[in-house]
Amino acid sequence: MKHRTFFWFFLPTALAMLLFIAMPIVSVITQSLHTAHDQVFIEVENCGPFGCEKEVSVDTEATEKIRREQPLGKWAGLTIYLDRGHLATAEVAEAWRTSADIGSFLSTINNLPFYRAMSFTLTYTFVVTPLLIILGFMIAVAVNALNQKLKGLVIFFSLLPMIVTPLIGSLILFWMIDARGVIGSGLQWLAGDPDLSLKASTGLTWIMLMVYGIWHSAPFAFVVFYAGLQTLPQDTLESAMIDGASRWQRIRYVVIPHILPLVTFVALIQLMDNFRVFEPIVGFNAEAHATSLSWIIYNDLGGETRLLSSAATSSVLTIIGVAILLSPVLVRTWRDFNRKT
Amino acid sequence: MASAAEKQPMGLRIFLYGFVVFWLILAAFPFLWTLWGSFKVELDFFSKADWTNALSGARTMAETGSAFTGAGYEGAWVQEEFWKAVINTFLVCFFVVCTSLTIGTLGGYALSRSGYRYTFWLLILALIFRAMPPITLVSGYLLPFFEWNLWGILPTTIIVLVAINQPFTLWMLHSFFQKIPKDLDESAMVDGCTRFQAFRHVIIPVMWPGVITTGLFSFLLAYNDFAVTAMLLSKENQTMVPKIASFLGTTQTEGNVMFAVASVVSATAPLFVLVMFFQRQIVSGLTAGAVKG
Repeated sequence: MKHRTFFWFFLPTALAMLLFIAMPIVSVITQSLHTAHDQVFIEVENCGPFGCEKEVSVDTEATEKIRREQPLGKWAGLTIYLDRGHLATAEVAEAWRTSADIGSFLSTINNLPFYRAMSFTLTYTFVVTPLLIILGFMIAVAVNALNQKLKGLVIFFSLLPMIVTPLIGSLILFWMIDARGVIGSGLQWLAGDPDLSLKASTGLTWIMLMVYGIWHSAPFAFVVFYAGLQTLPQDTLESAMIDGASRWQRIRYVVIPHILPLVTFVALIQLMDNFRVFEPIVGFNAEAHATSLSWIIYNDLGGETRLLSSAATSSVLTIIGVAILLSPVLVRTWRDFNRKT
Repeated sequence: MASAAEKQPMGLRIFLYGFVVFWLILAAFPFLWTLWGSFKVELDFFSKADWTNALSGARTMAETGSAFTGAGYEGAWVQEEFWKAVINTFLVCFFVVCTSLTIGTLGGYALSRSGYRYTFWLLILALIFRAMPPITLVSGYLLPFFEWNLWGILPTTIIVLVAINQPFTLWMLHSFFQKIPKDLDESAMVDGCTRFQAFRHVIIPVMWPGVITTGLFSFLLAYNDFAVTAMLLSKENQTMVPKIASFLGTTQTEGNVMFAVASVVSATAPLFVLVMFFQRQIVSGLTAGAVKG
């Protein structure tokens, strides 16, 4: 295809991505380097019968004016990155000096909003991803052994947790695990503790969110692995059997190597997707016990005072995190491409 | 078809069936439970006294005289005007799917037919964009949209969702276009078609399955979005998902939770139908990127 034709074909989509993905990234970076204007103060002298008094008050008009003229705010450099809400360098250094041991240092760090969100996001990402791959694989192997008529039905129901809107899916589970809901009261009965509430403890909230994450994403792994199992070479499987491989050995030495490329694919996609965990925290109303990077951005942006600069700074830090996670995917794609051409 | 390698002993068979049944309950039970419960009053759906109330509807019977009540639905759809959100959602989804397929097929076709090095870099760039959490981009939109008075209206949200969908759409369509032999459009061009005519009259007609699959995923992305719609739409223009979230924000007075339950069921129903009719396409779409590599 000629460069010219390519250009015209590609122009609309390039424009859309340039204007609404590339430009916002630039805009986020600029915003993160600015901070809101201070209020303008004026000194007024009030003269009464007992002499004159000087009073300082906020000049609303001037404040409005300067905010309107420079909506970005004033230049702040990296100060927002280093403040208490983000990297909190001063607090971390302070904690490092004063903490007696590594445990108390970590618990101090964990009280800082950014590190708290980071620790949940990373735990979630690296716990949920392997578990959903294992569950997905088990479902795929089990469904593959079913008879043909049942398969369609099972696949239909299996797709539901993945297709359903994340916020809605988490709400549905949230209502069920409520202390008055069916799973919640079932657990109370099992534990023999009528006051047990999954929402009240940090540990249980984390587990609950992760169980939701696995429930939501396992169908994706299942579908991909199931498709992979359809292309399994039957001859290899049978010759392995003739050579005396047990059922388990066949899975270990024939099936798993066959679908290994798919495992990497699912792992990479899910690492990216789990890193942006956000809706379940809103749905489960779990922000008191667990926050994620996406959630702190959302929290800054919502509400009456839109903390644009703070949200922008968290966004830039999140983007850096995504970039680090993404680097293996890029390397893999690069190798794929070079192999093909 | 049943080769010796597929024969299973009885014990394993029972175990496999047991596991599948366990997974089915895990996957489907929450939906069925919520569907059933949405026709009850709150004291039954969240029953402190006895969980079987949610099945039998004892309190519902006492309050309304019948075991099922549509009060939650009435409250959500009529009183809280959920129907407006439903219309908004379908407007957004319709335009997002149409626009992203139009510009996505053009772009994906160009990427699959050009042999130059830069197509690879464009695809990599799209992959990087695909990995961006949408919420990080939203904080970049707000200020310019406030400044230019674009905030809060449907068209802005539609364009933003189209753009966020583009990287994914491009990748998927690119992999579908690669499966169509190049000879097809080249012979059309030898016969005197321009590049665009070859694309329009020769390639698109054989591409329909791929276009439908990609359209489905665009639809799901727009339908399921929360971050963008919650942040960029004003209260009057809200779509379903942010509307449901706002039900939760208002105080949990009796009945209000049931509005949320009813609207959750209403929002899940279209997805049910979608999976029922397009199961094959969804499965092929999920595996499109995976199996070829």
